[in-house]
Parts: sequence; structure tokens; C-alpha cells
Amino acid sequence: MKEFQKGKMVPMPSTALIPERDLGKIPVLECLHLGIEFGGLKAVDDFNFTVGKTEIAGLIGPNGAGKTTVFNMLTRVYNPTHGTIMIDGQDTTGKTTVQLSKMGVARTFQNIRLFTDMTVEDNVRVGMHNQVRYSTVSGIFRLPPFWKKEKESHNKAMELLSIFDMQDLADVKAGNLPYGAQRRLEIVRALATEPKLLLLDEPAAGMNPNETADLMENIVKIRDEFQIAVLLIEHDMKLVMGICEGICVLNFGKIIAKGTAEEIQSNPEVIKAYLGNNSMEG
Amino acid sequence: MNFLKKSKLSTSALRDYCSFPLVTVVFVLITILNNSGKLNKSMQGLLVPVCCYIVMAISLNLTVGIMGELSLGHAGFMSLGAFTGVVTSQSLIGSVPNDTLRLVIAIAVGALVAAFGGFLIGLPVLRLRGDYLAIVTLAFGEIIMDIVNCLIVGHDENGLHLIFNFTGEKTVADLNLAEGGTAIIKGAQGAVGTKTIASFAAGFILIMITLFVVLNFIRSRTGRAVLALRDNRIAAESMGVNVMKYKMIAFVLSTTLAGMAGALYGLNFNMISADKFNFNTSILVLVFVVLGGLGNMLGSIIAATILYILPEALRGLADYRMLMYAIVLIVVMLATNNPKVKNLFMKIIPKRKSKEGGAAQ
Ligand SMILES: Nc1ncnc2c1ncn2[C@@H]1O[C@H](COP(=O)(O)OP(=O)(O)OP(=O)(O)O)[C@@H](O)[C@H]1O
Ligand SMILES: [Mg+2]
Repeated sequence: MKEFQKGKMVPMPSTALIPERDLGKIPVLECLHLGIEFGGLKAVDDFNFTVGKTEIAGLIGPNGAGKTTVFNMLTRVYNPTHGTIMIDGQDTTGKTTVQLSKMGVARTFQNIRLFTDMTVEDNVRVGMHNQVRYSTVSGIFRLPPFWKKEKESHNKAMELLSIFDMQDLADVKAGNLPYGAQRRLEIVRALATEPKLLLLDEPAAGMNPNETADLMENIVKIRDEFQIAVLLIEHDMKLVMGICEGICVLNFGKIIAKGTAEEIQSNPEVIKAYLGNNSMEG
Repeated sequence: MNFLKKSKLSTSALRDYCSFPLVTVVFVLITILNNSGKLNKSMQGLLVPVCCYIVMAISLNLTVGIMGELSLGHAGFMSLGAFTGVVTSQSLIGSVPNDTLRLVIAIAVGALVAAFGGFLIGLPVLRLRGDYLAIVTLAFGEIIMDIVNCLIVGHDENGLHLIFNFTGEKTVADLNLAEGGTAIIKGAQGAVGTKTIASFAAGFILIMITLFVVLNFIRSRTGRAVLALRDNRIAAESMGVNVMKYKMIAFVLSTTLAGMAGALYGLNFNMISADKFNFNTSILVLVFVVLGGLGNMLGSIIAATILYILPEALRGLADYRMLMYAIVLIVVMLATNNPKVKNLFMKIIPKRKSKEGGAAQ
């Protein structure tokens, strides 16, 4: 509770990090003194970070630093033990994962979590669950809203799949897709929820350099087209340094550096944290 | 490019919708056989029950195959439907003389009561993660059996009379029925003197309704939400799918259909006791579902038909009956060749835990 009030009274001056074009607007994400403990172990501690309305931001750090844990707190899969998360200016205290989705936070997962027994198209349609709606009764009795909305969701799904040229795979079972395509499908599914903030957990993991280059282009394209913010966790430094505007480095649950790509790359603390781990050269 | 081959789902759609013509053809054939006197008495007696068990299997498949939760008390919901259906029908004999209309009303009442039962069970249980539904439905089935076993219900010109025979001392006389009143349920004896109004045609229609409802449900926004929850709960929640709500819808739909099957079943016999809907019956239906394939509705229909009729058909073989039954079980298992059948226990218990539990990475 104390932490919470501290957060209210002494906002961190982290807004300096967000891109100039987003400065006058309410940041899409604002974490204030965010922290979580697992049985006394502080997995994330005093995490302060702001993401601008149309920013592409990065969250990096060595294995076990607490990056995924931050995502789990942002989507309320975990309840933070300290601090506040503001989404688009709204406090998320006491909200559920489902409510966070409705507030505009969508994510992908480090260990891919697709609906493996469903088709690619149906995976995307589940993403539209709260966007294209009709009642259960309409569905069972095939009333007009069913036909209208199913058509709408089909068209929308195809449109979203076309971002990654995946329309032809619409009828394939998601579990049968190759690895890279599964990662891309997770992004499409997340986009289907019409998010304001898209969280990508290691989107390039397991992709070859060509795929990664395409992915970088597409992330920027998605941001430009949908005018949303993207926060991504990634070990591929080429990707992070290439497209992230603000970068936050986490080590043992604590922020050790925040800044632009150049600032991060020359930060001695960061270099120390990554020592013996040449992924910084990525 | 092996992944490009058409998805399993579109072939499963084809298979599912094939159920309609298939069931119709079989119904017509059997009706013709029956009308030309080719069916013996014991076979004729199986027609309605088989329809009821097919509906039971499809509805349980909704819970087990589509929702991915284990239910061990599906017969309890059938029992709810059966006894409320019988009471409804018997007490309406005077006011609704038309048998068909009365049957429809009885099935509707059975459905409503079973839906309510499902809702009450689901309310505390479906919000929990883990196999609690299995435990609670198991207990529910036993409790319903015990309650009906001490239930005495009668009907006269003043309406319905109902007492609980907890002490074992009460009898129908304690209902104080007026002249011309009849007892409908007599405790452990169950429902007695029921006017049987169920028919094979009604059973066929009920199967068609069940198929229509369940197959359309699966292929709609709601059904996709339920499937998504089964495949990956955390991902579904992150997409904004409310776990409790959608599991509840699927479960209540499943128990509603079981209630309908129960009402039809109850109205097919002069007398029927609560013991008919015991744990063994729940397991029998579960066997139909598992052998037919989880999520495979046509499979449920075929498995229920074969495995329900078989023991009766083999009655002549006396000692070899159970042996034959076992062989057929194995053959069906091989025929469905469903990976989900092969590692049933892997599927029902540990796999789901690993998907749901722990961290969302
Ligand atoms: N549910 C949990 N219970 C206990 N400890 C947890 C839980 N979730 C995460 N942790 C711990 O929190 C720490 C951070 O884990 P996290 O998964 O966030 O790391 P990460 O930065 O995403 O690492 P990686 O790069 O390997 O994905 C780890 O030490 C982990 O063991
Ligand atoms: Mg991680």
C-alpha cells in the first residue's frame, strides 16, 4: 500500500524516454514502482517504465531477469504485489486478464500458446471474441446475426492474416504450422483483439535471419498502420536495436538502464550484465 | 509442405454433418423393419433407450470432448430429467390428454430442471482449475439417487403432493391423496404406473435436435470460445474469453440435453427406479464418448448404438457374452484409432494440468 502511494506522489520522470510525437498524449502504458515477489524472492522490483502511444519499445535482459514476469503482470496473469499499472491513463488495479484484454492489452507468448486443434482462421476469430459478437442463441439457431457476423469475422481474419501473407493457411490446423508461422499467427491473433498495446514475448525466437528481417519490417508496418504501441522482449539485439525507440534493460528483476539504442549499447552496466553472453553483438 | 494438407477440422465438419443423413437413413430402415414385423420384442424394447443413450453420449461429449472437463455423474442429470419428466407427464394426464403434447412438455420440464441442476453444480466448480468437476458430478449422481430413493410423490385433484421418506417409515398413504389420486414416485421403488408415451420417432427427433444444437454450437462464436479454453486457457483469457461464463454455457447445455434424454427415457417404462441412473450408467456413457472419440459426435452415436445393443443381442451366447463385449470394445478402439483414445489417461489428467498450471511463459 505504501509503495502504491509513493507511486502516486512521486511519478518517475521516465516520460523523457518516449518519442517526441507521443509527448502530448497519455502514454499507453505506465508502470509505477511495479514489483512482484514469489515466496520472498523479488522477481521484479521497482519497475518504472512508460510506453508512448505509438512507440515501439524494448524490454531486454539476461535469462531469468524477469521480463516475461513483467508481461504476466501487465496482462494480470500474475497480480503484482507492489505498484501500479496504468493502461491509457486507467488504473488496472483489481482487474482480470479478460478485462485487460478489453482495455486494449494483447500479447504473444514465449512458449507458443496457440489453440493447436483449431484452424488458423478460428485462432484469429477467437482473438475477435469481444470485437465481433453475437449471442449463443443466434449461433445455435443460425439466426441472421450469425451469418452477418461470421462473414464479418471471416473477412477481418483474412485481412489480418494477409499482413504476414498467411491467407492460404487459413484452413490449416494451427498445431501443424511450422514454428515461424506459429509465431506470426500469435501476433495476428493478438492484433485481432484490436489492442492499444501489443506485447510480444521473443517474437523472433527460432526464426532464421531472413524471417527476422521480415518480422522487423512487419512490426513497424503494424505500428504504422494500426497506430498502436508495441512492447517487445527479444534476445536478438539486431532486432531490438533496429526498431526499438525506448529500451529498458532488466537484470535480476531490477532496471539497470533505460534509453535509446545508442545509450544502451554504450552503457557499462549493460555490458557488464551481458558479459560472457555475446548476444549484445547479435 | 505436409502442413498444407487440409485441416482436420474441415474433414471433421464433413463427418459431423454426415450424422444427419446417416441417422435419418438408419431411422427409416429400422422403422420399415419394425413395421414389417422383422424386429423381435427385445429389439423393439431397445429402440427408445438407444436413442436416449445416443443423446446422452453426444451431450457428454460436449463436456468431455469439447470443453475438456471430466464428468462422472452425467446419469444424475438424466435422472433429474427422467423423474421430473414422469411427474410432469403423469400429473398432466387429465389436463393435457394429447400424448405428444404432454411428451413435449415433460421433456421441456426435464430439460429445464437438469439445466438448473447443471447451473448449480457449475457455479462453484467451474471457476476452479483441476479435476473438481469429476469429483463433484460423481457426488451429485449419488446424491440425486439417494434423494429420489426417499421421494414419495403423488397427484390428485388438489395438485402435487410430495414427501421425503428420510426415516424409511413413510408410505404412499402419508401423502393423504384425495379419492382418485395416484402415486407417481414411490420411494425406492421409483416411478410406478407411468403411462408410457415415448416413441421411437420422438427419440429420432430428439437425436436430430441434439445434433443440430451441438454441432451448430461448436461452430459458432461461443463454441470457439469453449474450444479455445480447452486448448489453452491462459491464451484464451488473454484474448478476452471469460472462463467461467463459457464453461458454464457449455456445461449447462450438456446437462440440459441429458435432462431431455432422461425425460424420454423415463416415459418409456411403466416403472423405473433411481438405481437405473447410478455410477455405472455414467461410466457407460463415458465409455461411449471415449471410444467414439473425444469431440467426435458421429463416433459417439456409433459407439452408443453398438455398445448399447450388443449386450442384448448377445444374450443368447450366455457365458461368452462378456468376452464378446470385450473383443468388440477392443475392435472399436482400434477402429477409431484415435490418439486421444490411446492415451486417454494422459489426455484427461496430466496434459491438461501442464497446460493450465504454472507460469505463462
Ligand atoms: N510463478 C512463479 N513462481 C516462482 N518463481 C517464478 C514464477 N514465475 C517466474 N518466476 C521466477 O522469476 C524469475 C524471472 O523469470 P522470467 O520468466 O520473467 O524471466 P525472463 O526474463 O523472461 O527470462 P527468459 O529470457 O529466459 O525468458 C525467474 O527466476 C523465475 O524462476
Ligand atoms: Mg521470458
